[in-house]
Amino acid sequence: MNRTVARLVANRIAVGLLSLLAVSLVVFAITAVLPGDAAQEKLGQDATPEALAAMRKEMGLDTPAPERYVQWLGGVLRGDPGISPVTGGSVGEMIASRLPASLLLAALTAAFSVPIALALGILCALWRGSAFDRFVSMTSVAVVSVPEFLVATLAVLVFAVQLKWLPALSYTIDSSSTVDLLRSLAMPIVSLGSVIIAQMLRMTRAALIDQLREPYIEMVRLKGASPARTVLAHALPNAVGPIANAIALSLSYLLGGVIIIEVIFNYPGIAKLMVDAVTQRDMPLVQACAMIFCAAYLVFVTLADVCGIVANPRLRNQ
Amino acid sequence: MSAPTMPALPVPSPRRRGVLAGWSWAGKLGLAVLTVLVLVALFAPWLQSHDIGEMSSAGVFQPMSAEHWLGTDYLGRDMLTRVVAGTPYTLGVAFAATLLACGFGAMLGLLAAVSGGWLDAALSRALDTLVSIPSKLLALVIIAGFGSQIALLVATAAIVYTPGCYRIVRSLAVNINAMDYIVVARARGESRGYIMRREILPNIWGPLLADMGLRFVYALRLLASLSFLGLGVQPPMADWGSLVRENLGALPMGGVSVVAPALAIAVLTIAVNLVIDNLPYARSDGEKG
Repeated sequence: MNRTVARLVANRIAVGLLSLLAVSLVVFAITAVLPGDAAQEKLGQDATPEALAAMRKEMGLDTPAPERYVQWLGGVLRGDPGISPVTGGSVGEMIASRLPASLLLAALTAAFSVPIALALGILCALWRGSAFDRFVSMTSVAVVSVPEFLVATLAVLVFAVQLKWLPALSYTIDSSSTVDLLRSLAMPIVSLGSVIIAQMLRMTRAALIDQLREPYIEMVRLKGASPARTVLAHALPNAVGPIANAIALSLSYLLGGVIIIEVIFNYPGIAKLMVDAVTQRDMPLVQACAMIFCAAYLVFVTLADVCGIVANPRLRNQ
Repeated sequence: MSAPTMPALPVPSPRRRGVLAGWSWAGKLGLAVLTVLVLVALFAPWLQSHDIGEMSSAGVFQPMSAEHWLGTDYLGRDMLTRVVAGTPYTLGVAFAATLLACGFGAMLGLLAAVSGGWLDAALSRALDTLVSIPSKLLALVIIAGFGSQIALLVATAAIVYTPGCYRIVRSLAVNINAMDYIVVARARGESRGYIMRREILPNIWGPLLADMGLRFVYALRLLASLSFLGLGVQPPMADWGSLVRENLGALPMGGVSVVAPALAIAVLTIAVNLVIDNLPYARSDGEKG
């Protein structure tokens, strides 16, 4: 990696960190400043001014909003986002107990979807316009254009109810052996994976087809190379950058999908925790979960751009 | 001396092309399905075969029958009636949100393009921040802060999709803003509002309309997902997302009461997609998060 590339990558990472700071401001403003006086809401309209003042002090609302923001941000950075007013427990501990389950689900889904999506995307580009390509492309458009919960519902219907291949709605994670673990996680992984695969294969196919329009591919064809050799030996190496970009971007779709999947399968992860927190209006928990999701999302998006920068050969020899 | 005669202009042929000329059969099918669904949404109160709250003597989660065409739900209510009654909520909320998002986004986008300078920079940075939060997450955070009455749901989806529309309109308008006729309009001393409304807007209607169709699908998906999470349209009202959630118990038996509203959503989103594909200037892309 030379200095130009290093500088561009460092710039991109700095932009990512700044975005995260701006996002934290938005999250705090929406949840803690704009909705109005939380103490008033808790006590009702006819609370005495003394009771209100006492409640504000107890809830830490007597300090001005910018000061509360700095305190909150400091807490989040130290890994101590506060106490949940609903359960009375530490938000940090609640998240720590749920985070591994979500990471397991995400990691297994990624491990299962990336190879399938790449293979399907490459085959579609190779057999562009064939019945196979049209079928896969149409199915993937249908999958990405309907809501995720629909895909999950239909997946349960097909794989568990009709074909009886997988247990339907198993609410426990059975980790006594690897096979049992995979079996109990199969439905969530398949549902979440379908959405990611559809997204990723479309982007892989588009990246490869972009390359196939380049003049050097014309040259390869004129030399008489077979279609397979044209795609695999010539187009694919040049499409590695766009494809890595597509993979990172598609993995950021995991975050939106996981919210739905954890709820439908009652999976004990952090997304389920957040949805429950929104229902109970448990603000410190909502804020902390939102920041974790936004940070993960920005990591994926930044990673996608960094892949694009590193893979750009024009920047390599400057 | 006679006035110099104008050379005869070629007269456009009176043969008019139909509005649907050039549409694929899939696009026409999508449009037909969409029209039917909009009619159902408009006339929903008169299309219900049963009283909305009436619990059937047949029992809960009944399969399809002559009495209950789509079976009964988890309380034994007629499912067809529930789906029909949910149509205005499903389509209406998403449509209102799309109008708001695109109206607001287009206004800000035009303003940024015409003004340039610090206003453009400030608007772009502020809306970029909203884009770096996944749409579903932003919606959850707003609902946590403000709750989920219908008006707030419309506002939430509008806020989530304003930046996207802003970006499209701004990038289109920046190009037009550099054209000679805009320079002339400025030299004539036209106001900023005039240039935005009369000079730029008429030239971007096509792409703006195609973008609105796309936002409508996104809004539909987001709102259905929120209702599915129990954070969208609240009981006793129900959109199709809520109906799927309520009847999830029928899933292990493959019950029609959970399949029907799910299929309704799928049919609606795919129909809208087919229509957009046939609009001029359509572009297809994905949505983040």
